[in-house]
Amino acid sequence: MAALDYESINENVKKAQYAVRGELYLRASELQKEGKKIIFTNVGNPHALGQKPLTFPRQVVALCQAPFLLDDPNVGLIFPADAIARAKYYLGLTSGGLGAYSDSRGLPGIRKEVAEFIEKRDGYPSDPELIYLTDGASKGVMQILQTIIRGQGDGILVPVPQYPLYSAAITLFGGSLVPYYLEETANWGLDIQNLRESVAESRARGITVRAMVIINPGNPTGQCLSVANLKEILKFCNQEKLVLLGDEVYQQNVYQDERPFISARKVLMDMGPPISKEVQLVSFHTVSKGYWGECGQRGGYLEMTNIPPQTVDEIYKVASISLSPNVPGQIFMGVMVNPPKPGDISYDRFARESKGILGSLRKRAQIMTDGFNSCRNVVCNFTEGAMYSFPQVRLPPKAIEAAKKAGKVPDVFYCLRLLEATGISTVPGSGFGQKDGVFHLRTTILPAEEDMPAIMSSFKKFNDEFMEQYEDNRGYSRM
Amino acid sequence: MQSEERLSFWPRDYNKTCKKNQVPTLSMRSSIAILEILNLLISVPLHSLESADAIRRASEILNQIPARATGAYSHSQGIKGLRDTIAAGIEARDSFPADPNDIFLTDGASPGVHMMMQLLLSSENDGILCPIPQYPLYSASITLHGGTLVPYYLDEATGWGLEMSELKKQLEDAKSKGITVKALVVINPGNPTGQVLSEENQRDIVKFCKNEGLVLLADEVYQGNVYVPEKKFHSFKKVARLMGYGETDIPVVSFQSVSKGYHGECGKRGGYMEVTGLRHEIREQIYKLASVNLCANISGQILASLVMYPPKLGDESYESYIAEKEQILSSLARRAKTLEDGFNNLEGITCNKAEGAMYLFPQLHLPQKAIKAAEAAKKAPDAFYARRLLDATGVVVVPGSGFRQVPGTWHFRCTILPPEDKIPAVVHRLTEFHTAFMDEFRD
Repeated sequence: MAALDYESINENVKKAQYAVRGELYLRASELQKEGKKIIFTNVGNPHALGQKPLTFPRQVVALCQAPFLLDDPNVGLIFPADAIARAKYYLGLTSGGLGAYSDSRGLPGIRKEVAEFIEKRDGYPSDPELIYLTDGASKGVMQILQTIIRGQGDGILVPVPQYPLYSAAITLFGGSLVPYYLEETANWGLDIQNLRESVAESRARGITVRAMVIINPGNPTGQCLSVANLKEILKFCNQEKLVLLGDEVYQQNVYQDERPFISARKVLMDMGPPISKEVQLVSFHTVSKGYWGECGQRGGYLEMTNIPPQTVDEIYKVASISLSPNVPGQIFMGVMVNPPKPGDISYDRFARESKGILGSLRKRAQIMTDGFNSCRNVVCNFTEGAMYSFPQVRLPPKAIEAAKKAGKVPDVFYCLRLLEATGISTVPGSGFGQKDGVFHLRTTILPAEEDMPAIMSSFKKFNDEFMEQYEDNRGYSRM
Repeated sequence: MQSEERLSFWPRDYNKTCKKNQVPTLSMRSSIAILEILNLLISVPLHSLESADAIRRASEILNQIPARATGAYSHSQGIKGLRDTIAAGIEARDSFPADPNDIFLTDGASPGVHMMMQLLLSSENDGILCPIPQYPLYSASITLHGGTLVPYYLDEATGWGLEMSELKKQLEDAKSKGITVKALVVINPGNPTGQVLSEENQRDIVKFCKNEGLVLLADEVYQGNVYVPEKKFHSFKKVARLMGYGETDIPVVSFQSVSKGYHGECGKRGGYMEVTGLRHEIREQIYKLASVNLCANISGQILASLVMYPPKLGDESYESYIAEKEQILSSLARRAKTLEDGFNNLEGITCNKAEGAMYLFPQLHLPQKAIKAAEAAKKAPDAFYARRLLDATGVVVVPGSGFRQVPGTWHFRCTILPPEDKIPAVVHRLTEFHTAFMDEFRD
């Protein structure tokens, strides 16, 4: 058998799934090639849907990419003085410009900026030596999971529904996913009792639970964890000796005021010793989300808390195999955590652009939630944060039968029909995990505000006709 | 050490090409800067800043990016238009067609290597043939993905030649130990060894892979670095096609990067792998792996297309581009020669020529006294030597044990990258140190 015959390749690769760019996306791309107008709401990719890049960071990075511009006498006519100063500052941090490998952990000067940002946000000092910049947050997540997972006997607690990076990575590294179900009727709330049961059940099967993932604000579910919830989680991790992996990439996307974002680290530090010195925590952040949306730059970081020095050394060693994260992405991160301040030349414009984007996201979150809730057999929790709407679609039994006949999972069947009818490309809920017999789909809230009404009415038309077609009075898929 | 010297040069063994005052290719960087500027929709005339073809190229690229959004995740294999450009560049290089769908743009070449290792290795019983000495990405990624490295030794006495008999012997040896060998890694031009394979050698390798059912993993990141007129870079894909092996006959994966050649844009993390001869189901799996990380960084993707499809004769930037390229490559060739001669003039050091790549890998014939001192210090002899070198001179090299070597031999890897005007001083420091070292440890 030849090495790359399908039968002989790594089983873990075959098992891994990543629905965000899976079946629906591939079908949508096919249709797009055939000339159909597609609205891609399958991935949190703001710029692809018309969100403009913030001006200041682009000016800074442009100057860093082409330092000869700084020598031109006219540069001050095109670029504001603070962008010029910042570019010079970042170039000074490098030893050879953007084309030189940096420290494998990222440029020390930028890691210091990240530490200062964290300290300002949380009120506790953060150590730049324990902050590693990565090519996007995903690379950091994968590295940490690879470090933790020793074999199939190692379990990672993952929320269901979850962002399928986690399920894919756990499968690729040969570990076991231990699900804990978020409660849809309680706004996707986390039930600590459910957590305990999941752990007990896995242990009974011989699995050693090693880590717990929280996504806060949630993806695809959008819920923001309360301080009480975070405290419970930290206590739980402390008792069970789990490392907490805090995916906080949506920390700047919060659309309600009752539960602002609080970092897991802040809550941990607030709880004081001994727990604040014991719980092992890794926190992740990115330039891809928030109001920046610079997905294509691949800029992210991980921050380690209470990780023993020997382990940190191993993580450094593995990071060094890739030599360094991309330097332009690092600079985007630096500007993100250290943006223009009041009084800076670029501040007004920066503040205006940022507020505009965040305000619009908040509006769109509401428009989408309301739009879905106005549809037959669709129930949608409010998007408290992140970038997605995750409505539940109560599929009639006849629809589920039709799906089975077509050889498709019911929500995939629904989403494919939606795609063909309207061009709206979503991700079926089965891609994120959900309770048995309960179906969802995930869309982003990213289409332009002015396009929203048309999109929602197009969806409603499709959905209500679909329900008309498949309804009878036998009952529905239910929560 | 004089303080002025400490500031102005600090030779390092990392490929920090730009650190060595190598200026990133003007027209390439202009293009990317313009992309950023154009994205700001600034309408100030840029004639004074940029050449017309850089502006044109940048506009072309922007139009290939959906919604002109350089900050959006792209297609997981990389922006289609850029892959078309890269395929055209490969075709111009090889005179054989290249399919953009075979190209996976990655954050540097390394992630592509990781993906292939992940795909090929299911357990310790799966092996990958690797050259010794090798670039330790291969040993590390094989270990990380739970496989077994099957070494084949390059022959130092024949300029780091690759002997087919050695390959066959190692393959049989592995099989007898119950290892299923899945692939053969060839680094051409070599790292750390610098040899450029002869076409005949390459044909033997292709035939070997075909006969044994191995995937050929061709690390070709130094394809732009060949310093000797009697050798030329030929891609393995081209060699296979010339032998009559078609699209479906033999799996060949070629890795390329923007970090090497005459660009040296290491920090951008730009690269690709061209995957040919694989069945559709396997390509789908590779795509799936790529999609979990969504996409490679856009700036690196754009740079990869500029590397593979540079300014052409007739373009406004062509003259300056060629001048920059020639200047960098000829300087690298001179530096390689000067350092090689410098090493060969030292007692107890023999150094093969660097035909290509960016390194020299001199062999240390250490006196017994030195080897004993190393043992006492609990260090490998080459690590002991390298540490002493660092402490005495500030020159950082990598001990040969980091790349593996024939047991009982000792080497270190040194780049040829210090600025040309600093090379004499580097040679002087090395000579001074080495002489003192040999005086101390001569038997």
